[in-house]
Amino acid sequence: MTTRIDKRFAALREKGRAALVTFTTAGDPDYETSLALLKALPGAGADIIEMGMPFSDPMADGPAIQASSQRALKAGQTMKKTLRMIREFREGDQDTPLVLMGYYNPIYVYPVEGFIGDCIEAGVDGLIVVDVPPEQDDELCIPALEAGLNFIRLATPTTDAKRLPAVLENTSGFVYYVSIAGITGTAAPDTGEVHGAVARIKMQTELPVAVGFGVKTPEQARAIAAGADGVVVGSALVNALKASLDENDRPGAATVSSVTDLVRGLAEGLASSQTATVK
Amino acid sequence: MSNTAPPDTPNTYRSGPDERGHFGIYGGRFVAETLMPLILELEEAYERAKADPEFHAELKHMLVHYGGRPSPLYFAERLTQELGGAKIYFKRDELNHTGSHKINNCLGQILLARRMKKTRIIAETGAGQHGVAVATVAARYGLPCVIYMGCVDIERQAPNVFRMKLLGAEVHQVTAGAGTLKDAMNEALRDWVTNVHDTYYIIGTAAGPHPYPEMVRDFQSVIGEEVRVQMMEAEGRLPDTLVACIGGGSNAIGLFHPFLDDKDIAIYGVEAGGLGLGNPEEHCASMNGGKPGVLHGNRTYLLQNDDGQIIEGHSISAGLDYPGVGPEHSWLRDTGRVNYVAVTDAEALEAFQLCTRIEGIIPALEPSHALAHVQKLAPTLPADNLLVMNLCGRGDKDVFAVAKHLGVEM
Repeated sequence: MTTRIDKRFAALREKGRAALVTFTTAGDPDYETSLALLKALPGAGADIIEMGMPFSDPMADGPAIQASSQRALKAGQTMKKTLRMIREFREGDQDTPLVLMGYYNPIYVYPVEGFIGDCIEAGVDGLIVVDVPPEQDDELCIPALEAGLNFIRLATPTTDAKRLPAVLENTSGFVYYVSIAGITGTAAPDTGEVHGAVARIKMQTELPVAVGFGVKTPEQARAIAAGADGVVVGSALVNALKASLDENDRPGAATVSSVTDLVRGLAEGLASSQTATVK
Repeated sequence: MSNTAPPDTPNTYRSGPDERGHFGIYGGRFVAETLMPLILELEEAYERAKADPEFHAELKHMLVHYGGRPSPLYFAERLTQELGGAKIYFKRDELNHTGSHKINNCLGQILLARRMKKTRIIAETGAGQHGVAVATVAARYGLPCVIYMGCVDIERQAPNVFRMKLLGAEVHQVTAGAGTLKDAMNEALRDWVTNVHDTYYIIGTAAGPHPYPEMVRDFQSVIGEEVRVQMMEAEGRLPDTLVACIGGGSNAIGLFHPFLDDKDIAIYGVEAGGLGLGNPEEHCASMNGGKPGVLHGNRTYLLQNDDGQIIEGHSISAGLDYPGVGPEHSWLRDTGRVNYVAVTDAEALEAFQLCTRIEGIIPALEPSHALAHVQKLAPTLPADNLLVMNLCGRGDKDVFAVAKHLGVEM
């Protein structure tokens, strides 16, 4: 089955360009602003949209995304509202792939079967769930795949050659390579090491590989993109959003554009790099 | 109290977890991929250590000569008279080095860390008892050590913070969330994921991803194993009733596990009822007031809202102030083998004072919860009922907090 994600990567491959994957947290700083931002992301150059499902205890995330989750929850965001937001987005956009990212507990209590059904109905294309490793595949990964969602797995610097096949086995859509051993938005990855790791993954899979964690600037994104199929930028966008809020975390007139301006810069960076490297 | 249908009665309650770390539906390994290789490495290392008599000999030596084991089984004569009913024994784990049962687990894990050639130790702590025990064994073995502790707990357990620093540990204040044990554990996990190559995480309770719940239980089971021998010496038979407090539940599983298949023994785990079970934000009784979920690497009962967001909870006792519980307890709850009850802050505070006045033992606020249930239970039992309560920690660390609760200026 060809999904929106497959189609998008195929189209970008023809253009010789890496995908820009943007991460923002659903409901940050509030439902309306977050929805407006979501609708504006494709026009600004986001090729694939990753939406964070806010969780009270985001153990793999650094301070920026922790705070964004807190803002969203404080503003009343729930799993149901996140799915409603995606339904509203899909009314105007049938093409941009959208992936939900988060932690298992809110899905588990949703519960799993209902969540997967509601995702399909809302127009979600894939899931990234940080704390469900291959060892627990029967929980969520297999039912999601069977229902037609992509299940995007994280590979990390600690995923060695012996373990990689297990990580890749039930992965679909793309592989998300975590460029550092650590939490989101902290240390900057070493480009050379990242390219080596992506090459090793690509020897074992046909799937595109996107790289995230610690990518902040257009220059970094461009450098990473030279040896990967996509670049994920999250904390930098979340920080730009945060900077546009007032002291009570209320959005201002420039909140949406503060993020989309950054996305536009990142997208232009990727476009210029790839025309140079692809020939 | 139960909203879960009891599963079939198993032949044994002592065979868990299965090879994937499950106790029934509970437990498992719900961690980020970065940690997964390390969790598997830890499991292998622990299996090797378990099969190695040298490991057991070294641990035994340290438990005896450094930890002060075995701890006495003490007949609490005056409390027995006062309450009228069951014959009450205290398992005196508060007499261990560092003042609680936590040292049992820390000695086991630091020996494992050394075998795994890890050179840096991290841990979370709530009351600071685990933090002190970790800082102690890290000092003993000359390893650098970072302890994560919530800002609220740092304030209410100041003496333990100072102790950890004296022992050479770095104490990192965690301000995220409510600044209690759950948040400290999140932060410790973030450290671990960032420093996997050289760092060993000594989890303080029988929770977290497999193999921690099993491993911590095994290290704490020395408590129950000693009670079996000591009660035979004292009374010529096994006890009838066991009582222990439950935060994550390591002292309780340590007492309970060796007795789980002695089916005539009644077992009570006492959760922190805080200000009462009516409001989920005012207690920490995850098994009495929560529902199954996934947090910190395992599936277990959790305090959470309908959307699956974790609720902070509340307890007078920093050591019980945690919205989850070890997965084996969740399974023992559902099977009905152990009765899980709750007592309030006020009841625990009253038991604290009673024990201090009539037994001359200042208990920690954590086992004061167990004691408060003993106060209710003992009078309902006959005089020949042998009841063992795990006095798992001493209360020196709590005297300032208790003074504050009693309105005394110090």
